[in-house]
Amino acid sequence: MTLSAIRRVSGTALPLRGDDVDTDRIIPARFLVSITFEGLGAHAFEDDRRSLSAKGETHPFDDARFQGAGILLVNRNFGCGSSREHAPQALQRGGIKAVVGESFSEIFFGNSVAIGLPCVTLPRETVQELQTLVEGAPKSALSVDLESETLVAEGKAYPVSIPSNAREAFLSGHWDGTSMLLDRFDEVEALAKRLPYIAGF
Amino acid sequence: MGRTLFSKVWDLHTVRKLPTGQTQLFVGLHLVHEVTSPQAFEMLRARGWKVPFPSRTVATVDHIVPTTSLARPFADAEAEEMLTSLQQNCRDFGVPLHDLGSLEQGIVHVIGPELGLTQPGMTIACGDSHTSTHGAFGALAFGIGTSQVRDVLASQCLALDPLKVRRIDVTGTLAPGVYAKDVILGIIRKLGVKGGVGYAYEYGGEAVQRMSMEERMTLCNMSVEGGARAGYVNPDATTFSYLKGCPSAPSGAAWDRAVTWWGSMASDADAQYDDRVTLDGGALEPQVTWGINPSQSVGVSGRVPKAADAAPEARAQIAEALEYMGFGGGETISGTKIDVAFIGSCTNGRLSDLREASRVVKGRKVAPHVKALVVPGSQSVRAAAEKEGLDAIFRDAGFEWRGAGCSMCLAMNPDRLEGRQVCASSSNRNFKGRQGSPTGRTLLMSPAMVAAAALAGEVADVRPLLGGVR
Repeated sequence: MTLSAIRRVSGTALPLRGDDVDTDRIIPARFLVSITFEGLGAHAFEDDRRSLSAKGETHPFDDARFQGAGILLVNRNFGCGSSREHAPQALQRGGIKAVVGESFSEIFFGNSVAIGLPCVTLPRETVQELQTLVEGAPKSALSVDLESETLVAEGKAYPVSIPSNAREAFLSGHWDGTSMLLDRFDEVEALAKRLPYIAGF
Repeated sequence: MGRTLFSKVWDLHTVRKLPTGQTQLFVGLHLVHEVTSPQAFEMLRARGWKVPFPSRTVATVDHIVPTTSLARPFADAEAEEMLTSLQQNCRDFGVPLHDLGSLEQGIVHVIGPELGLTQPGMTIACGDSHTSTHGAFGALAFGIGTSQVRDVLASQCLALDPLKVRRIDVTGTLAPGVYAKDVILGIIRKLGVKGGVGYAYEYGGEAVQRMSMEERMTLCNMSVEGGARAGYVNPDATTFSYLKGCPSAPSGAAWDRAVTWWGSMASDADAQYDDRVTLDGGALEPQVTWGINPSQSVGVSGRVPKAADAAPEARAQIAEALEYMGFGGGETISGTKIDVAFIGSCTNGRLSDLREASRVVKGRKVAPHVKALVVPGSQSVRAAAEKEGLDAIFRDAGFEWRGAGCSMCLAMNPDRLEGRQVCASSSNRNFKGRQGSPTGRTLLMSPAMVAAAALAGEVADVRPLLGGVR
């Protein structure tokens, strides 16, 4: 099945500062006790949000100024830890359409590609500059263009990076790749027959 | 020029180059559990796909399993639904299931090796990041998300990019009371939680060569905590001796051919690596984490860092960890009061882990204020431990002796921290809220160190309690 291509994501942004934000924080394990991904959007960062709220502070996901934002601005090694796809699912179901950060954990990145959630990277200083911009002016318009590998924020353009495979997958609509893996299944069967631990030692 | 095990296994399992530029990689063994598979099976149903290689797929239930009573239905209705869903999916798609009540049920990364399903030279995937555990056998093993679980169920393949390989040599001899857990915590501290992104870690050197298979599993298990999606040890005589006689291992004349082939998959002596790192294993002491990610650790005789002493770039993160953990900075890690002691998980829930911990607790008592529990990694580990009388040693000391599962490593079952409790834990992640309470605190350490902390009621050096040599 070829899904729709993803070329560009535009909208307002939500700055979420911090390095090494793990997937347990994005979606705590108790919300994984379910056979569907439904309803996860409401629980993204639930424990972080509650603990800040208890201290009288506001988590960016609860901040009215960032309501409706589609682009998440994060820092280094975002999505590390557990391989739970529930993490990008929770973000996507909560309205996030693209994640812009300094770097991503590999499994989180792969999971995000598989569900059509582009993740692009920028140098640390640039991400911080964008976070500061959006914190000061939450209605700033951002646009991530995968075709030209550019992020435009309030008219200023920044080059972004995305691995060429992932970029190609989004642009061609092949980001949900099962059918691609089934395309030449005879080759898969032939390979299985060559493996000694399947064919027999 | 010599080749690494990674490159040999990768090439052997490459079906073709995909139009996206990625590699279509065949998965030799797909392990399935109840948390990350139901949505994947549902997607197969929606598209009318079958599982073409059901015999290369093996399921069990581990994350949600209660460890006090297996009575059905579970108290948690959603957990019950997850189990019935897994049972139905396995029936519908012909996937073998090691179900509750079977001696072969347990944490997926414990039973795979026990059953001899995990073998050198394989590609192994599972919807769980600690799949890196299986690399201990010289397999290329890594965690995947649910959409990729769907891919593997439907096609037995994944679309992936190759990893670079970093060789990590652990030199010297580990001192008594120092274990594989301390080695991997030391490696992660040295290289950081994102140091391994883009790499597979190949562990070697004399300290690794001397490790048992269970120690190698601990080492490879936490590769992912260092950012490396996969970690492995080259197969050798220790590997083969572990596999010999395992239910799914080859036997008879096939055994000899298998050993020859497995040996041929090991990295060549002149293999080229993308990076090399050396760690002096002889210099390590027992490690304890003080923070909120697994790189934030210190030797048991050391002190919790002060944010002000760190590089400017690192200060905010250290300050955040200290605040969450309730440390002021600068105190000794020894003497940190604990409330809960947890021995178990796919990192350290195997028989040798329970043996080491039992040596520490034998004839001693858990501190009155500590809730201490042992959760064996599998029913088979539990049975073997009971045969040796380890359950009695733990019970006599004041530990609870539980059923098998993931339990308090991530608290998807009823075992969880409450409030700001501090847990000395043999598991793998000290993330905020990881053990079930949003404000709960985790100190990672070896099972023997957890045992020592349970007795003292606070973090304590296990070495004086061990006596003699290991």
